[in-house]
Amino acid sequence: MDMINVKINGKTYSVAKGSTVLEAAKAAKIDIPTLCYLKDINEIGACRLCLVEVAEMRGPALGPWRMVTACVYPCTEGMEIKTSTPKITASRKMNLELLLSNHDKKCLSCVRSTNCELQTLCREYGVEFSRFDGATQEYAIDDHSPIIRDNNKCVLCRRCVATCAKVQGIGVIGANNRGFDTYIGSTFGINLADTSCINCGQCIVACPVGALYERDDTDKVFAAIADPSKHVVICTAPSVRAQIGECFGYEPGTDCEGKMVAALKALGFDGVYDMNLTADLTIVEEATELIGRIQNKGVLPMITSCSPGWIKFCEHYFPEMTENLSTCKSPQQMFGAVVKTYYAQKMGWDPKDIFFVSAIPCTAKKFEVGRPDQSAAGVPDVDVAITTREVGRMIQKAGIDFKNLEDEKFDDPFDIGSSAGAIFGATGGVMEAALRYAAEIILGRKLEKKELDFVEVRGTEGIKTASYKLGDLTVNVAVASSTGKAKELLNMVKEGKLDVQFIEIMACPGGCVNGGGQPIQPAKVRMDKDLRAIRAGVLYNDDANETLRKSQDNLAVQVLYKEFFGEPNSHKAHEVLHTKYIKRGL
Amino acid sequence: MAKTSLYDTTFCKTQQRLALRNCGVIDPENIDEYIAMDGYRALGKVLTEMTPDQVIDTILASGLRGRGGAGFPTGMKWKFASGNRGNVQKYVCCNADEGDPGAFMDRSVLEGDPHAVVEAMAIAGYAIGADQGYIYVRAEYPIAVKRLEIAIDQAKKYGLLGKDIFGTGFNFDLSIRLGAGAFVCGEETALMTSIEGKRGEPRPRPPFPAVKGLFEKPTILNNVETYANIPQIILNGAEWFSSIGTEKSKGTKVFALGGKITNTGLVEVPMGTSLRHIIEDIGGGIPNGKKFKAAQTGGPSGGCIPAEHLDTPIDYDNLLAIGSMMGSGGLIVMDEDNCMVDIARFFLDFTVDESCGKCTPCRVGTKRLLEILDKIISGNGEMEDLDKLEELANYIKSASLCGLGQTAPNPVLSTLRYFRDEYIAHIVDKKCPAGVCKKLIRYEIDPEKCIGCGMCAKKCPASTIQKTDYTAPGHKLPSMKIEQANCVKCGACMDTCKFGAISKH
Repeated sequence: MDMINVKINGKTYSVAKGSTVLEAAKAAKIDIPTLCYLKDINEIGACRLCLVEVAEMRGPALGPWRMVTACVYPCTEGMEIKTSTPKITASRKMNLELLLSNHDKKCLSCVRSTNCELQTLCREYGVEFSRFDGATQEYAIDDHSPIIRDNNKCVLCRRCVATCAKVQGIGVIGANNRGFDTYIGSTFGINLADTSCINCGQCIVACPVGALYERDDTDKVFAAIADPSKHVVICTAPSVRAQIGECFGYEPGTDCEGKMVAALKALGFDGVYDMNLTADLTIVEEATELIGRIQNKGVLPMITSCSPGWIKFCEHYFPEMTENLSTCKSPQQMFGAVVKTYYAQKMGWDPKDIFFVSAIPCTAKKFEVGRPDQSAAGVPDVDVAITTREVGRMIQKAGIDFKNLEDEKFDDPFDIGSSAGAIFGATGGVMEAALRYAAEIILGRKLEKKELDFVEVRGTEGIKTASYKLGDLTVNVAVASSTGKAKELLNMVKEGKLDVQFIEIMACPGGCVNGGGQPIQPAKVRMDKDLRAIRAGVLYNDDANETLRKSQDNLAVQVLYKEFFGEPNSHKAHEVLHTKYIKRGL
Repeated sequence: MAKTSLYDTTFCKTQQRLALRNCGVIDPENIDEYIAMDGYRALGKVLTEMTPDQVIDTILASGLRGRGGAGFPTGMKWKFASGNRGNVQKYVCCNADEGDPGAFMDRSVLEGDPHAVVEAMAIAGYAIGADQGYIYVRAEYPIAVKRLEIAIDQAKKYGLLGKDIFGTGFNFDLSIRLGAGAFVCGEETALMTSIEGKRGEPRPRPPFPAVKGLFEKPTILNNVETYANIPQIILNGAEWFSSIGTEKSKGTKVFALGGKITNTGLVEVPMGTSLRHIIEDIGGGIPNGKKFKAAQTGGPSGGCIPAEHLDTPIDYDNLLAIGSMMGSGGLIVMDEDNCMVDIARFFLDFTVDESCGKCTPCRVGTKRLLEILDKIISGNGEMEDLDKLEELANYIKSASLCGLGQTAPNPVLSTLRYFRDEYIAHIVDKKCPAGVCKKLIRYEIDPEKCIGCGMCAKKCPASTIQKTDYTAPGHKLPSMKIEQANCVKCGACMDTCKFGAISKH
């Protein structure tokens, strides 16, 4: 790598050529405040908080000192940088004062209080109020979809805009009006619910302040728990255990399964179940469907259906490909359906008396619970879907000392999940789990331990492809995470540039571990750490150390087939575990 | 009576028309007339006699600086974009998004001599190795757009645009893109973003357009007036051009002279001409015997220059030194009836309106500046507001993303610098010395002079003038009185009164 020398605050550093001032300072362990900057996604120099003073070489001598935006300004050989001078400090304070002068400062109950990048900066710079108070904008809160936008708190950093357009390939939000009247919204200011927004929530995790958040459904859950006539059960998605710790100050990548289960039990749920189980059930159903499509010349490539953000994306942007979607419900919906049919029957409960909650890393699941054809027992399969963040808030609100809880285990009979189900939480996980099942069926024998790793589909790459020879059959597969990458991949398929039989798509970059409902890490952390890889590490660790590594070996799944469904893709299974899609278009 | 030619008038005599040389002289819709005036000879010369580097060297040696506002050396800009000719797609753009209120020099060139711009862009294309050009012109200039379209069509028919121009193998094509009237789209990166079909917003530099411009390709962007000078520089040589003007600013500059001045219109003078010459000689001075107070140059983001600097030779650097700027060449003259606080407010109101909203200092800062000015103008100002104004204005200048924000506070800073006493009069005495700021003035009827005819009451739109009980000695009717609380300070009563009984305070 080519290196150049720069002087930061009087000390010389060697930095990679092409580094921005911000990156150079980071390497020198010097923090420069930012607000609009989001690594690789939003590098637009708009907020002007990262202004620093630089002087560059002009011929043999140092040129004049100037203020530049550290986030986008490239380092040059011999450049001198000052990151903290009275002038810079005054500039940052003024900037914060201006932002505050048009900001709804209801910090006390703000969902982002203590995790707000603006609040943190104001604390660091001692900015309590603005000397420049004047006219303010008052915006109606858009709460017509699971993604709520409160522009009264928006700082117009445009991280959400860039994420929606560049990462997710959607672009339903942008700047409307101009100057002081600028606000972020959809075309003509229509509600997000009326656009092709897929509810992925990536805008929420990109937001530095409290301008974007998910619809809070925790009160419904508290109310159900308090209702003695209800059987209130909760199942937790594979990746929730890997991230819930972040709500309580644990480093990203800390597995808190035991404490999470204990906390949920302490909250008063009648049953705390492991969604890895229905992840396994999904695999058995989906892989069977795939084998059927391959053998019966059905619509190929078949595409996974567990990510509801992706499903809505497909319905809007690739309506002609909804036939390619697996008809399997997502693990969340399968769980609700199983509990309200099979388990209700077994326990002699009226499905209406069951309140089924799912804890998920996802905001699109809040939309999914209301989809048509997701009511196997005549009542919605899932009553409420709450995000990892909402689970964290419930635990805090109930005064539960999460960190000091003794580990507990999931409740019988939905306590068994294979690690194939666990890796559903990371991009490529569903694919690998399905391959472990399909390979055994196609080969007609048990896989050996060393045959269980399909490493080509792992990792955080946006698009991965692999080819596996299973006996006489060659299975070509592809994996995409983020709908932006999904768009790329599907266009390749449509143009005939890629011949695959099976595709896994997750709406969020990196999969559920980086979902829109996950704990929010500030841009600074995201600059240093690849959260996708760190968080997925928990799941792959689990897989490496687990003995139950195949969905088909899950005893609980086998019991379900024996006692209720008969066999995979049976008529009964279709009634309860499969669904239909809508060609929405744009 | 001897006939006097227009060119013998003081207005014309001391002007030197280079950019405007064909305006009003030739039929802009007839390419033959342009050719008769040496048109396209410069293009022929560069294509057949000069290498691209020689073209750039000529422009560099001429000392031509960008006429759009910042005054960046044109040859330098071309040189930066000249690398790797023939191997990468490049673009030549023309900024015809003239947005300064009152400025219309670009419009005049486009309407009066469109081929000069077409020819110059082709020369620029040859110099940097671009085969495609875009002219970004405001949709509010329909005649300019029409004449440009005609010019491009005619040039294509004559083989002066398109493939294999002059049989030299050089290809160059031109397209027009219409702007929707956003002032910020005159900023180069915003202009290119707009051509790309996106919301016209500036982006940070570097990368500069010469490296990564339109569609992320190397691009040069010059203003209409800059281009209008190019063919003549090629034909007459760099030395000829650089002999005109001052040491650091060569050639002429067109100003749009307006405001409180006898002769308004476009004037083109050599760089280095004094403001006094433009205003008093060419402009014919201030009408109605009023006293000069200030000249505002540089459009809404320029500054106000007081009488003490009237003899400053105008060029890019001198204007910057006295707190203003060349800008695109707006020149508005103000007399003693203008309130400088109100003028600052007027220009700031424009930039607040035109801010794109991308960066915080411009989006929020300019709005807050305007609010402080409003407070002062309405008589609620405090002395500490002046410090806040200055602090905020300097912050916006140093912290904004693009030229719009960086220059928006200039009217405030320059009036604070030269007319601080007017601000203080508004704040401390609660008076507007020029009698402009409505909240600080009042109209009063002198009961001794009022004959009680009631004409003022009839004219008053707010019905705020009533009869009193007092009849002055020698008058038959009681005098009238203005209820100050409801007065809208329109002055209609004073204009109506034939007896001089009403006065403004």
